[in-house]
Amino acid sequence: MQRFINNPDEVVEDTVKGFVKAHADLVRLGSNPRVIAARHAPVGGKVGVITGGGSGHEPAFIGYTGRNMLDAVAVGELFSSPTAKSFLDAAREANGGKGVVCLYGNYAGDNMNVKMAIKLAAKEDIEIATVVANDDVCSAPPEEREKRRGVAGEIFMWKCAGAKAALGAGLEEVQAIAQRAIDNCRSIGVGLGPCTLPAVGHPNFLIEPGTMEVGIGHHGEPGVRVEPLKPAAEIAREMVKVVLDDHGLAAGTEVAVLVSGLGATPVNELYILNDTIETEITGRGLTIHKTYIGNYFTSLEMVGATLTVMALDTELKRLLDVDVDCPARL
Amino acid sequence: MSDNAARRLSRMFYRISIAIEAGKDHLSDLDGAIGDADHGITMSLGFMAVNAELAKLNLDDTLPSEVFTAAASAFLDAVGASTGPLYATAFRRAAQALKQDECLSAADQAMIVEAMTTGIKERGKGQRGDKTMLDAWIPATEAAVNARARSAGGPEMWNSILEAAEAGANSTRSMVAARGRAARLGERSLGHMDPGAASAVIILRAMKDTFGEGEPAR
Repeated sequence: MQRFINNPDEVVEDTVKGFVKAHADLVRLGSNPRVIAARHAPVGGKVGVITGGGSGHEPAFIGYTGRNMLDAVAVGELFSSPTAKSFLDAAREANGGKGVVCLYGNYAGDNMNVKMAIKLAAKEDIEIATVVANDDVCSAPPEEREKRRGVAGEIFMWKCAGAKAALGAGLEEVQAIAQRAIDNCRSIGVGLGPCTLPAVGHPNFLIEPGTMEVGIGHHGEPGVRVEPLKPAAEIAREMVKVVLDDHGLAAGTEVAVLVSGLGATPVNELYILNDTIETEITGRGLTIHKTYIGNYFTSLEMVGATLTVMALDTELKRLLDVDVDCPARL
Repeated sequence: MSDNAARRLSRMFYRISIAIEAGKDHLSDLDGAIGDADHGITMSLGFMAVNAELAKLNLDDTLPSEVFTAAASAFLDAVGASTGPLYATAFRRAAQALKQDECLSAADQAMIVEAMTTGIKERGKGQRGDKTMLDAWIPATEAAVNARARSAGGPEMWNSILEAAEAGANSTRSMVAARGRAARLGERSLGHMDPGAASAVIILRAMKDTFGEGEPAR
């Protein structure tokens, strides 16, 4: 595959450099070059909201830095957790004296590095509260929900928590709303084609032509089953079924829907999926408050899409509707 | 320039770094089969950072525990993923253990291996059979403890340690990953040696080579 890169070992550096040049009105490079901070951060008296994760998921994670969103983001290597130091430095950039909430995805490396960052931050009196996203339905059964990975539902979590913090809430309140937001999210991914780390040069998993992987993870983690490729409407029905069967929402519930491409799927195909997704969701008696379609959380050049459904209550709906400015389109 | 304990440890880290660098592509290939192929690069970066940090110390005036403490923070600041926290915690535990006895005797060397394993276990919440670096570190520790129990000398102890670590790393081929990134691959991980176990063997071999040079001149 042909790619726009300079040196395979400097993909992250080059990405960050170009990103900061493009969005200098909203973000800046931290004193640690593996941290992106909002231009306004830290805001005195406001709870800082941070995240961090591997690169290769752009516009996640860095693209969600900005006004009423994330205050700082720790940047890892491609598909690899940031260092504890980078998480710590992100907390420093975001700390306005009221504590920092770190909202990240449930992966072994991230869990360990965040834990170590919390200890380091405590030494300089920065309190870090955490919420770990686990919205990926197919990564573990319902009774082992704590093992599930975090995927695109993180965006809804960041948006609700970012708004809550901007409205002046305290650390515990921001943490609680982030937890409620992610608890109300369910996601599923379907993969049609693999992705390749530039430094490796070959895909680290395969999807046979004519097949699709239902339940695939954000780094190509295997799904629940491999099936023959079907028409979009059937795939969309299956995605909605997996997500809503796990969710168990009462008829009349309002939801937000996010359909994200995984990197190499054309946006028009996301609309084709959404045609059926909308029909299926409303057919179950749910009301869609807002739909987000596009490349919100990618996996390099993976072919595929994810669906996230968040159940809304009055407060989550209000927070989701708070206006934001960040490089990603929200 | 006298050869003291801190200097030996600094040389040990240097040897580890050289050995990891030499095995970098192999480690990345192993990782490519079941992970994201960056293990060799990551480990190499980490130990280069350790060497750079140790170069700043005045080793004539440094305790062995202080060498491990410096190594821990250098490794943690350089390496993300799971590897950074795992080895940083291992080095910290080694530092704590050495504070009781800073002379780097064969008993201390066994204690280092044991403390590092404890640190990795504690941080990763893993156990034997999960197809991780612990499948090399745990047997290595058992070999060290057994060697001490039978009053084996340093060279004999290190031979047992390395043998056990190699056998442990080889045994990961027939395991399905239960922890770490490879766990997300489930049965796809079967048949491949765990890259973390492979790099653990490289580290232990470099430790053996360093400590096998005999007691420092006094």
